[in-house]
Amino acid sequence: MKRAADFAFPVLLAALLLGAWEWAVAHWQVPPYVLPAPSAIARAFAGNFASLMASLASTLTVTLEAFAAACLLGVATAIGFSQSRLLERTLYPYAVILQVTPVVAIAPLILIWVGFERINLALVIIATLVAFFPILAGATLGLKSADFNLIDLTRLYGASRAQILWRIRLPGALPYLLSGMKTAGGLALIGAVVAEFVAGSGTATGLAWRIVESGNRLEIATLFAALALLAATGVLIFAALSLLEWWLLRRWHESALSDRA
Amino acid sequence: MTMGGLLLSAHHVSKRFANGTQALRDLSFDVAAGEFVSLLGPSGCGKSTALRLAAGLLVPDAGSIAYPGSKPEIGFVFQDPTLMPWADALTNARLPLDLKKVARREANDRAARALARVGLAGFEHVYPRELSGGMKMRVSIARALAAQPKLLLLDEPFAALDEITRNELGDDLLRLWRADGLTVLFVTHSAAESSFLASRVLVMTPRPGRIAADITLASGRDSRLAPPTIEAQRAISAALNTAMVA
Repeated sequence: MKRAADFAFPVLLAALLLGAWEWAVAHWQVPPYVLPAPSAIARAFAGNFASLMASLASTLTVTLEAFAAACLLGVATAIGFSQSRLLERTLYPYAVILQVTPVVAIAPLILIWVGFERINLALVIIATLVAFFPILAGATLGLKSADFNLIDLTRLYGASRAQILWRIRLPGALPYLLSGMKTAGGLALIGAVVAEFVAGSGTATGLAWRIVESGNRLEIATLFAALALLAATGVLIFAALSLLEWWLLRRWHESALSDRA
Repeated sequence: MTMGGLLLSAHHVSKRFANGTQALRDLSFDVAAGEFVSLLGPSGCGKSTALRLAAGLLVPDAGSIAYPGSKPEIGFVFQDPTLMPWADALTNARLPLDLKKVARREANDRAARALARVGLAGFEHVYPRELSGGMKMRVSIARALAAQPKLLLLDEPFAALDEITRNELGDDLLRLWRADGLTVLFVTHSAAESSFLASRVLVMTPRPGRIAADITLASGRDSRLAPPTIEAQRAISAALNTAMVA
């Protein structure tokens, strides 16, 4: 019953808002180039379905490649930090600098360095930079939060650093890492969109470029359709990662157990 | 239990931590093979530090910890169960064997036997969060036993448990000590616990800790309320009171 309510109320709210939106556009005769009605957006979506899906595939590919790269780089760097204080002290400030520098500001440089002939690689690099830090921060915190007594115990039995990492630190870091991954999943999509905006016309083919192009042509209904598709993609990425988190932690971690209450 | 030769010798050991705390100063004691020695003292007197030094987890600043024979296989039980929450009871009990790369089938058999010996047969695939405090501590003891230690070091293992569970686990520990010919070094701040469990009690002074009294207990302590046990408790309490003002 509670589960049904969890879905029913947000859906009901969406239906109410869409109904009010449809009515308001018709009632005040709002021009479609300012705000199209939901029904017009649905028609635009259906009319441009094939091209919108192709754009979605392009953006999603960049997003997933960037997310995978951010996971690999973030976890590998965090493992390095957990094994060497010197490495952490040396590199962490640069990771923070990378995080706080607006990616829009450095994206043009990356495009120039990588070259427009390899535009997809440039987009993936930009999106990876955006998604990298939450993974690094989560994994670093998790790897450093291991139970010291447990580590002492493994030392007593002659465990190697690799054994301690594999058997104690990594499993213990999983909740922190998954939390970072949930944030990074959304950021990878944002990074892909920002990268497409910066790349501009003639090169990018993703949803962001469809938004720019539709805006330029005053096809606002198509713009909204692309926007809705982006939002849905973000929600799906978050839901998939939440499901992964629940599946991996369901037997032992409080965050997954509390969902049963 | 028959006592064997010298197993462990702490000789004029001192330990100061990085924050400036002098935990131990001139601590000396011996433990013979087969003894059940209780290290007793007030909170903060350096008992746990002495135990970690005995295990080799810490290095003394001065003095030495020596194992006159070869260094024995050591089992360690902390005050908290210190289990891996992501692993079931069997995997937790198997940890020392996994680290020593014992074949999986043999490791599983030994871990399951260790769990059965502490009364947890049938709980092999239960996760720590599903176990009570006492059962978690039993898994912790099973993990120490799975490595088939000669020397079992316990750091106030029952301090966080209720009295009934504490007594049950104490009885189990005595049974295991007698059955396996273990040597036990048991840290506690309870004179009552020491008087029933230990064959010998080392009373420590407040920080910086050193040995203030070395009491060998008489036999006949068959229950917690037996007159020799009560008498032992009185003697230990008196020694502890003297140590507090020494």
